[in-house]
Amino acid sequence: MSDLHKLHNTKPGRVFDVFNMFFLAFVAIITLLPFLYVLAGSFATESELARRAFFIFPETFTFEAYRYVFTSEAFVRSIFVTVGVTAVGTLVQLFFTFTMAYPMAKRQLRGRKLLINMVVFAMLFSGGMIPTFLVVQNLGLIDSYWALILPGAINPFNLIIIKNFFQNFSVELEESAKIDGASEVGIFLRIVLPLSKPILATFALFYAVGIWNDFMSPLLYLNDSSKWTLQLLLRQVTIASDPNALGNLDPDYVPPAEGMKLAIIVIATLPIMLVYPFLQKHFAKGLLIGSVKG
Amino acid sequence: MKAVAVAKKNEVVKRSFLEKLTMQWNKTKKAAKQMWVRDKWLYFLLIPGVLYFLVFRYAPMYGVVIAFKNYVPFLGIAESQWVGFEHFRQFFDSPDFLRLLGNTLWISFLGIAIAFPAPIFLAVLLNELRIATYKKLVQTCIYIPHFLSWTIVVGLTHLLFSINGGAIVDLVETIFGVRINFLADPEWFRPMIILQGIWKGTGWGTIIFLAALANVSPEQYEAAIVDGAGRFRRMWHVTLPAIRGTVVIMLILTMGSVLNTGFDQIFLMMNSLNRSVADVFDTYVYQVGITRGSYSYSTAVGLFKSVVGIILILTTDFIAKKIDKESGLF
Repeated sequence: MSDLHKLHNTKPGRVFDVFNMFFLAFVAIITLLPFLYVLAGSFATESELARRAFFIFPETFTFEAYRYVFTSEAFVRSIFVTVGVTAVGTLVQLFFTFTMAYPMAKRQLRGRKLLINMVVFAMLFSGGMIPTFLVVQNLGLIDSYWALILPGAINPFNLIIIKNFFQNFSVELEESAKIDGASEVGIFLRIVLPLSKPILATFALFYAVGIWNDFMSPLLYLNDSSKWTLQLLLRQVTIASDPNALGNLDPDYVPPAEGMKLAIIVIATLPIMLVYPFLQKHFAKGLLIGSVKG
Repeated sequence: MKAVAVAKKNEVVKRSFLEKLTMQWNKTKKAAKQMWVRDKWLYFLLIPGVLYFLVFRYAPMYGVVIAFKNYVPFLGIAESQWVGFEHFRQFFDSPDFLRLLGNTLWISFLGIAIAFPAPIFLAVLLNELRIATYKKLVQTCIYIPHFLSWTIVVGLTHLLFSINGGAIVDLVETIFGVRINFLADPEWFRPMIILQGIWKGTGWGTIIFLAALANVSPEQYEAAIVDGAGRFRRMWHVTLPAIRGTVVIMLILTMGSVLNTGFDQIFLMMNSLNRSVADVFDTYVYQVGITRGSYSYSTAVGLFKSVVGIILILTTDFIAKKIDKESGLF
């Protein structure tokens, strides 16, 4: 804001400014405190976790909780499964969304209107949980990891946003490339694709976070607990408080029941935190171009 | 001689007409072929997407007919017997219907009353911050929870609100002298849902209002200063009017989705003790359909919810458009 603004601040205004700064700092800290506690607690001993209700520095550092969860076969398996499904799923969903968005952006395409109506109608009305479940079941995808990827392969909102992005693509650019003798495929590979890198990256992040966080699809489609993803295991450990969720073969060993909850939350949050700076860079833009008008 | 000439002339006319016709036909064929040659790879690119929509979006829409049948998996959808509105009648007659509707509306309206104004308030305060880096820092912190799954949020809640040594339970006991079981007490279910919603969504919710505020020209503030408006009068007369339109539109759109209380959060927060107040349409469909296998009945419940949802969305979108032409969804 301008200097004029600064000069014409009244006394109550200055009091308000100070209050405002403290209040917003308070809001930011309230938001972060649970994470700080979980992070600190995941390195604390069981006795400290039982004794102290809240702290952001552990008295004694221990890696016991992490050592335990990483020796758990169920946990390590769920990590591999979730990372694998997220990686493959992101690629598949990007492929489906972009290959459909590109032709739909071409005004000369016959049947374009029909395609757009098909997508918009699917945004408004869905078959719902049970009919979708029955389709997945009839395709034999129950207990298959494809069930976590394919039913959500195209997010219609994302599709429309990407279509609009391609539509705003300079027609002159493509025309001149055509005059220079480039084929459609050549234009796509040499002009469109390199220029769409930022939007590809943005939606890759959105899809990846979506799959990583997905709780409902694994709940619906994975019956076999040996196939569980991290989110399902997380629920079993932290919400259902099942001390045997991670398995324990050694009868003499008492697993860190509290510590493992905290450690597993830290591990499930970590990838989101790692991509968060990139997400933040893109999401405001993504939200603003999010108008669905075609 | 003359007759021959006329016949010949007729022949020429006829031939030229035929020629014209074939020429035209060839032209169309060529254009169609050209279009095909030009666009064939575009159509080729459409194949996976169109298949996706047919299989995972439109096949389930066809599957909705089982709401009007007695679906037997062994017989398949087509062979199962029609029962008309039997499942709907059963649902509306059961005490579950009013319980679900009540729970859903309670959560939605508490959300509108409490969680909806929170981002507006926060956006106005953020807008008053002068130090850009400080503002950015606060924003960075408060956007984070939006990207976490409900599993993590509910997991954190279980840690902090656990009756066995949860930090907040202890804190409340120290201050108020009562030990409240937030996670099991049905009285506390709705406040907890709203609280989680506020923690997760408020920061993210400020974005759209901050975007509206970014469009306010500084000259408007300067003019207000020249007119002698103090700090709070500027907030009241410049800042708030600038986001009024956005607030109204967001409110209307929120009203349009009152039936969408979100599956994950409610499902994860629900337990045997708070089920009576927790159950909403989506969790009920899961419970009855997936767990108990009553596919037709639960599809009818889901269909009822989507139809009412569409009517609400289209109505509110219509109202939003009346207010502001640019703001409709479609």
